[in-house]
Amino acid sequence: MPWDLVANVVIAGVLTGLVYGLMALGLSVIFGVVRVVNFAHGEMMTIAMYAAVVLFAALGLDPFLAIVPVAGAFFALGYAMQAALINPFITRPEHSQFMLLLAVAIIMVNGLLMIFGPDARNVQTEYQLESFELGALLFDEGRVYAAGAALAATGLLFAFFRFTLTGKAIRACADNYLGAKVVGLDVKHLYALTFGLGSACVAVAGCAMAVLLEVTPALGPGYTLLAFVIVIVGGLGSMGGALVGGVLIGVSEALAGLFIAPSAKSMFSFGLLILVLLLRPQGLLGRKG
Amino acid sequence: MSGRAAMLLAALAAALVALPAVANSYVLSVATLILYLAFTGQAWNVMTGFAGQLSLGHSLYVGVAAYVAGGLFFHYGVGPWAGLWLAMLVCMLLGAAIGFLAFRFGISGVYFALLTIAFAEFTRIGFDHLAWTGGPGGMFLKVAQRDQIDLVHFRGPPAMYYYAMLACTAGAFALCAWLLRSRAGYYWQAIRENEEAAQALGINIFRWKMLAMILSSAMTAVAGVFFAFYYNNLFPEQIFNISRSIEIILGPIIGGVGTLFGPILGAAVLTVLSDAITELLAHYGWEIPGIKQVFYGLVLLAVIVFLPHGIWPVVARRLGVDR
Repeated sequence: MPWDLVANVVIAGVLTGLVYGLMALGLSVIFGVVRVVNFAHGEMMTIAMYAAVVLFAALGLDPFLAIVPVAGAFFALGYAMQAALINPFITRPEHSQFMLLLAVAIIMVNGLLMIFGPDARNVQTEYQLESFELGALLFDEGRVYAAGAALAATGLLFAFFRFTLTGKAIRACADNYLGAKVVGLDVKHLYALTFGLGSACVAVAGCAMAVLLEVTPALGPGYTLLAFVIVIVGGLGSMGGALVGGVLIGVSEALAGLFIAPSAKSMFSFGLLILVLLLRPQGLLGRKG
Repeated sequence: MSGRAAMLLAALAAALVALPAVANSYVLSVATLILYLAFTGQAWNVMTGFAGQLSLGHSLYVGVAAYVAGGLFFHYGVGPWAGLWLAMLVCMLLGAAIGFLAFRFGISGVYFALLTIAFAEFTRIGFDHLAWTGGPGGMFLKVAQRDQIDLVHFRGPPAMYYYAMLACTAGAFALCAWLLRSRAGYYWQAIRENEEAAQALGINIFRWKMLAMILSSAMTAVAGVFFAFYYNNLFPEQIFNISRSIEIILGPIIGGVGTLFGPILGAAVLTVLSDAITELLAHYGWEIPGIKQVFYGLVLLAVIVFLPHGIWPVVARRLGVDR
């Protein structure tokens, strides 16, 4: 197999992987703080993709510009979901939380199916077919922008948690729930903020992904599983881990598609997940729990 | 069990035994599905409801057992009775292997749940690429005459399958009732409520979790063999699908996790509900794809928000059987 073909597949894998990473980052942040696994994560991603498609079809808005309104709307949606639905469930057993978010996921997938039908939708921009060339290496323009958007969003989130007072307060809640309450933090409000931020990550990832792939309602559950795999591999609750996991899974999927069979590519990811869970359950970059 | 509860249970059993005499084939197929889901729900309940280990990948055992027994029949003409033992053995080994790996490495809670999904998905894709299983094209078991009862090959009219599943559900009910009052049942509940406290009391957590895992996978294997010989066609994409695992889980959660009657009641309520929504929507001519599942999702949401312990505790209070 020629080396440039392999190299180009790896490049595409890395760039797509960064978008996967941002999606998984949303899940990781939510779990890291609220300690609830968002089983509707991939479904939210599909809604964001549809939002980008609709804004493009109706207003001709470029998906990368659509990020701003979609992320804003998702932040509000996420805040409302946590405040109204999930907050009462944070002390309930895991199977109860699973059931709640599963019901939300079912409503989301089938709501999309009702509105848009089962057919695939996409956006068509001029840069999707273009690529930057560097010798024999090809960088798809759409993919480069998507990866750039993912990196920018990750940087912003990182800065928020590191440098703002609210970000520090959220980290305090994650480290010590009781302690945060004792010093007078409004934990429920901070949880809702966190879910809003996680949802905004999904919104950015979804808008970027709409440039790379056609969207159907059925994509949702697959993305949920993909996000789980990535965060476990990278380390649940670790921000860098989500990105590393995303890139790792993006590349391994791309290579498995090239060398084995496209249909076997997620077997590779799940195999990796099992290995990581057994050998390093806290994930590649996770701290010991 | 109080006298009132025993009477109600006897009445229910009599009604279920008499059902095929009065029901048409549609009702019988729905009843068989309810019993199938009740039985798999009971199996799941042993692991999650009793011992507190959340499994989201029970389709793994259904699928592997179905392929072991179905494959033996398809390739070598070996009937389901031999296949059943082998399927149970394979699933017990599988459950033991997953349990050993997970519990040895201290994997629990959400991580354990995701591990069970990973094993089911891994196997699904693997079976899609195996020649022995027929891959994505599926494996089809020969359907002989439907009107004669052939117990050796487990072939016969719908009522035979109904009674087979009824026997399984009743057996599982008796087993679970006994387990809950046995030493294992009390140990499991202690582990479920507080693992560290249970360990401090000297309970060998690893051993009892393993027992729950092995028992649950063996019970689910029986359902898998039934599945193979009832539906007669097996596709990895369908049988290992995560939605199959969810189907198994919904009944006990809606009915009441950790209770004896929860899985049975939940399976009945959800199956009837799903059919009722279909009928109702067809009646009003609202047949948009997805609308049925949206209603279904809304009902699930309402139940889990307003009845955190499921429907059974409420029903039990109404019937006056909550001791």
